[in-house]
Amino acid sequence: MRISDLITFNFRVIERQRARSLMLLIAIAIGVFAINLLTGIGEGGKQFVLGEFNLLGKNVLIIVPGKKETTGGMPPMTGETTRELTLRDAEALLRLPEISAVAPLIPGEMEISHGSLSREAFTMGTNRTFFAMRQLELAQGKVLPEIPMDQSAAVCVIGSKLRRELFGSRAVLGQWLRIGDTRFRVIGVLKDRGQSMGLDMNDAVLIPVASAQTVFNTEGLFRIFVELRSLQNLDTSRTRITELIKQRHEGEEDVTLITQDSLLSAFANVLDAMTLSVAGIAAISMLVAGVLTMNVSLIAVNQRTREIGLLKALGLPARTVRLIFLFEALMMALAGALAGLLLSQLLLFLAQRAYPTVPFGTPTWAMFGSVVIALLTALVFSAIPASQAAAMTPVDALQDKKAG
Amino acid sequence: MIELRQLCRDFLVGDQMVHALDHIDLDIAAGEYLSVMGPSGSGKSTLLNILGLLDKPSAGEYLLAGTATGSLREEQRAKLRRQHIGFVFQSYHLIPRLTARENIELPLVLAGEAPKTRRQKVDQLLERLDLSERAEHIPNQLSGGQRQRVAIGRAIITEPDLLLADEPTGNLDSRSGLEVITLLEELNAGGITLLVVTHDEDIGTRARRRLHMVDGKINRDWLSESKNDGGGS
Ligand SMILES: Nc1ncnc2c1ncn2[C@@H]1O[C@H](COP(=O)(O)OP(=O)(O)O)[C@@H](O)[C@H]1O
Ligand SMILES: [Mg+2]
Repeated sequence: MRISDLITFNFRVIERQRARSLMLLIAIAIGVFAINLLTGIGEGGKQFVLGEFNLLGKNVLIIVPGKKETTGGMPPMTGETTRELTLRDAEALLRLPEISAVAPLIPGEMEISHGSLSREAFTMGTNRTFFAMRQLELAQGKVLPEIPMDQSAAVCVIGSKLRRELFGSRAVLGQWLRIGDTRFRVIGVLKDRGQSMGLDMNDAVLIPVASAQTVFNTEGLFRIFVELRSLQNLDTSRTRITELIKQRHEGEEDVTLITQDSLLSAFANVLDAMTLSVAGIAAISMLVAGVLTMNVSLIAVNQRTREIGLLKALGLPARTVRLIFLFEALMMALAGALAGLLLSQLLLFLAQRAYPTVPFGTPTWAMFGSVVIALLTALVFSAIPASQAAAMTPVDALQDKKAG
Repeated sequence: MIELRQLCRDFLVGDQMVHALDHIDLDIAAGEYLSVMGPSGSGKSTLLNILGLLDKPSAGEYLLAGTATGSLREEQRAKLRRQHIGFVFQSYHLIPRLTARENIELPLVLAGEAPKTRRQKVDQLLERLDLSERAEHIPNQLSGGQRQRVAIGRAIITEPDLLLADEPTGNLDSRSGLEVITLLEELNAGGITLLVVTHDEDIGTRARRRLHMVDGKINRDWLSESKNDGGGS
C-alpha cells in the first residue's frame, strides 16, 4: 500500500468519527502546547536572569536591609526593616580588608525637567564605583566624580533615551536639568543598552548618593553592593560582613546577603518548579490523549471489524492492517501536536511583543521532544487496538454481527 | 487447481463439537463452473471460506495450484488471496463511505498499484459492468443488483483465477439475480474458475457441475446434462 493511499484511506475514517477524533486531537494539542509554552517562558526567563547576572560580577555581594528567616533565598520584598542601612555602614564595609569596592544605592521615580520638557525617570543615587560594578559604559562625558560618599555634588549622568527626549540632538554635556527641586549638571551620557536587573538604564539618571538623600529626603540605603577582593574565602567574608553590620546595628542581624549563586539558585528553584509543572501537565494530557487514542482506536477496530475482515479477504496482510491503525493514530497525534505547537508559538510571539527584553522562545529540544512524545504516545496506546485488528481471522471478522 | 483430501472443519459450540466439514475429498479443475447447494447449516459457507483461505481446516489437506496451504504463514495466505482469489458475498460487504469506483479500486489500492493504472483498469471494468453512470455513487445510493455488480467488480479487478460466490443472488430479486449470475457466467466463460453457493434451484441448476452437501459431507457431485448456455431458465 502506498503511503499517500494510506493517508487518504485514513482520512475517510477519521471523518466518520469526528467528535472522538477531535477530542483526541485536542488532548494531544494541550500537552504539546503546555510543554512548548512553559519551556518557552522558562527559557526566556532563564536567559534574561542569566544575562543580568553576567553583568554583575561573581565577586559582588548585595546587602539588603531586613532579615529573611530562611537562609539563601530571595531577599524580603516587603520590609519590616528594623534598622536602615546607612552611608556609615557602607563606609565601614569599605574599611574591611577583603572588600575592594562599595557602591550604595538609593533609587526612585522622579520628575526630571529641562526647559519646558519634563518627564518621570528612574533616578539612582550611587557613586563612581557603581559604574564599574554594573559595567555601565559612557557614550560621552565622564562618570560620577570620586568624592566621599557623604558629599553631595550637583552633577548627573543620564541614559541615552532620556538624553534624546530631553535634549534631542543638541549638545548635552554641561547642560542643567532639574530633578525634583534640585538642579544638576549633566556630565555624562550612558551608552545605549537594554535593561539591567529589570531597570531600563536608558531611561535612568545617576546622581551622587548624598544628593539623592536630599532629593528623596531619606537617610536609608536601598542596597549596598560590595565587591570582594577574592572569592576564595567567600564564607568567611560573608560572616565578617554580617558581623560588622550586626555590631553596628546593636547586635541585630538585620540584613540579608545576596550572592550571585544564591540568587541563581533561588531562580533555579523557580525554574525547577516550572519544569515540574510542565512535566506534570504534559504527562497528564499525554495520558489523557493516550487513553483517548486507545479508546478511539478500539472503537474504530470494533466498528470496522467487518471492514477489516473484508480487507483481509481482499488479501491485505496483517502487517498492513496494523499499519493502518497505527497510522491513523499517528496522523491524529501529528495534527494535534502541530496545532499545539502553533498555538504555543503564537502566544510566545505575543508575549515577546509585550515584553521585548525577555527572550521568550521554546528550546528546540522541547519542540522536537513534545512532538516526538505525542507521536510516541499515540503509537504506544494504539498498539493494542492495532494488534487486535491485525490478529482477527478474516472469516470471524466478516461474520461479525455488530457492524452495519 | 484445487484438491481437498479428507478435509475437516470442526467448531466447538458450547461443549459440543460441530463437524461443519466432515472428511471432504474434492478436485476442481481450472476453468470449472460449480454450484454448491444443500440445506442451511450443511457447511457450504465453511467450505467456501476454506477454499478462499479465509479459514483453516481442522484436519486434512488443501492444495491450491499444487501448493499445500496448511503450512503457509498468514502473510503468504494473504498474498494468495490477493493474487488468485476473488470473493462475492451475499451481503456485498462494500465499504459504505466509498463510492462504487473506490470500492472496486480498493484491492488495487491495497496492492499498491499506481493511481493512473488503477484509474484505467477501474474505468474499463465500470464500463463492462454497466456501472459507468453510477461510478461516483456510494453503496446506499445503489440498488441491490448494482451493489452486487460493484462487489463483483471488486472481486475481479485483480484478475483472479478463482471466484468464490456465497449466495450472490440471495438478497436480490429474480431479475437482478439473473443479471448477476449471468455476469458471473460470462467471467467463467472467460476462463475464471467459478464456485457459486446458492439456495436457489434455478441458479444452482445452471452450473455444469453441481455439488450437494448435507451435514458437512458432499453427498452428490454430478455433471448436469443441461449445459449452461448463458440463456434464461
Ligand atoms: N464460527 C462458527 N462457530 C461455530 N459454529 C459455526 C461457525 N461457523 C459455522 N458454524 C457451524 O458450522 C455449520 C456449517 O455452517 P455453514 O458453513 O455456515 O453452513 P451453510 O453455509 O451451509 O448454511 C453450522 O452448524 C454452523 O452453525
Ligand atoms: Mg452459508
